[in-house]
Amino acid sequence: MRHLLSAADLDAGEATALLDTSDRLREALLGREVRKLPTLRGRTVVTMFYENSTRTRVSFEIAGKWMSADTINVSASGSSVSKGESLRDTALTLSSMGADCVVVRHPASGAAHRLAHWGGTGPSAGGAGIDTGGATTGTPTAIVNAGDGTHEHPTQALLDAATLRDRLGGIAGRRIAIVGDVLHSRVARSNVLLLATLGAEVVLVAPPTLLPTGVDTWPCRVSYELDAELPAVDAVMMLRVQAERMHGGFFPSAREYAVRFGLSEDRAALLREGAVVLHPGPMVRGMEIAPAVADAPNSAVLAQVRNGVHVRMAVLYHLLAGAPE
Amino acid sequence: MAQNRRGDVGARDSGREQQPGRELLSAADVTRTIARIAHQIIEKTAFGPDGSDNLVLLGIPTRGVHVAHRLTAAIADFTGVAPAVGSVDATLYRDDLRRGPARALESTAMPEGGVDDKLVVLVDDVLMSGRTTRAALDALRDEGRPRSVQLAVLIDRGHRELPIRADYVGKNVPTSRSEQILVSLAETDGSDGVWIAQEEDPEPGGAQPGGSGSGDQGDGA
Repeated sequence: MRHLLSAADLDAGEATALLDTSDRLREALLGREVRKLPTLRGRTVVTMFYENSTRTRVSFEIAGKWMSADTINVSASGSSVSKGESLRDTALTLSSMGADCVVVRHPASGAAHRLAHWGGTGPSAGGAGIDTGGATTGTPTAIVNAGDGTHEHPTQALLDAATLRDRLGGIAGRRIAIVGDVLHSRVARSNVLLLATLGAEVVLVAPPTLLPTGVDTWPCRVSYELDAELPAVDAVMMLRVQAERMHGGFFPSAREYAVRFGLSEDRAALLREGAVVLHPGPMVRGMEIAPAVADAPNSAVLAQVRNGVHVRMAVLYHLLAGAPE
Repeated sequence: MAQNRRGDVGARDSGREQQPGRELLSAADVTRTIARIAHQIIEKTAFGPDGSDNLVLLGIPTRGVHVAHRLTAAIADFTGVAPAVGSVDATLYRDDLRRGPARALESTAMPEGGVDDKLVVLVDDVLMSGRTTRAALDALRDEGRPRSVQLAVLIDRGHRELPIRADYVGKNVPTSRSEQILVSLAETDGSDGVWIAQEEDPEPGGAQPGGSGSGDQGDGA
């Protein structure tokens, strides 16, 4: 694994290996006074965030620090990006300074892919990524996609899978509903791809206006009726309605959306016993999920956040710990 | 991505039907050897009903863990009290991670009560370079502060690269670097036994010299 750009890049074996590593890391750190592993000593991880984020940025930083990598945060507002520097030049600059891994979040779909496959510069011209010739690090910089526009967010899918595996005892054969703003959700796409790879049966539930074109080619089923699906699922993942990406009337009113597609207490009662409620966060309580449902015992929202750190440690481990491929 | 450590299952499986090389320990020898080490641990640590909470056996995955559990059972048999047992995976502390593809991690399980102020006996199947033991010692340092740490191994095959010595040795086996030690335990391999064989495909340059072939002991414990 040289980069992590899409959940589709992982086959079942690779995804399972990442989840196993994540479990082992959690086990290794459990109950420890010193939460520090020497594994990535001397490696440098730069997080480059062109969009707001709390949990993803912080958990990548914690993941890097717990494995003794040096982590540096770059946000668009405080950097030369605000002076007009391009994504490519910023990435080349970071790579030249010796970043072994760049974690990038960008509002444009495909930004991480572009970074990983930008050819035409330096001795490694020809699509090898932002390799500056190895002057500093000896190896090309690994790129991790931490969310690109409405496209993908593979580490979120991995942490959701880790949480589901914990709670349900496995993923293969389980039925999982992903509900809400699928159109604007990179989380939904990555989850559908990864969960399908791992053998789950995925059903998307959303108003027709919030489903992307081409959803019929995804490895999942589509439904418009939440109440009909809930009794049969092992887990339900509520998506945030991404108001900041909405320029147009996707549904008549927030209230009508909440009534038809929000996970209210009454709706949550339709779930079978042991079914898990997930939300990638940030939650808009009262919109897609009722406060009481978000805080209920079968809600795994905080477990997701906790697993996020271990999953990201696992990703960094697999990208950076071994010999360069 | 995650790959088996060098010299893992392959050599073992091929030997399943017909073990290659010369037998060092038969199944009965393995049982006897573990019983002897258990007696030595009891003698040296004065372990008994009055000191039961002070001894902790920590196996190094994968086969060291099985040996540790068998030692625990044997000690419980002889004294009537079982010492605490767990496992410590040293992979994250290895000094050769950058020499191969990312290794799969193994299980770490600290016994309840941890290792602080305990007498810890690290348990492994084969001792060679001492690098795995060093990594396990480093891992142990992050888990707590044991009163003292000792080392028990089933086979000591020499070729030390670090100043590390085992306190309890099942069998000393002089080997050449081109030979492999194959440890087979019922828990993972179906039956007990230890064999010595010529390495079929010695690696040039000795990046990971003379693998013991015992799974996680690829480059010498």
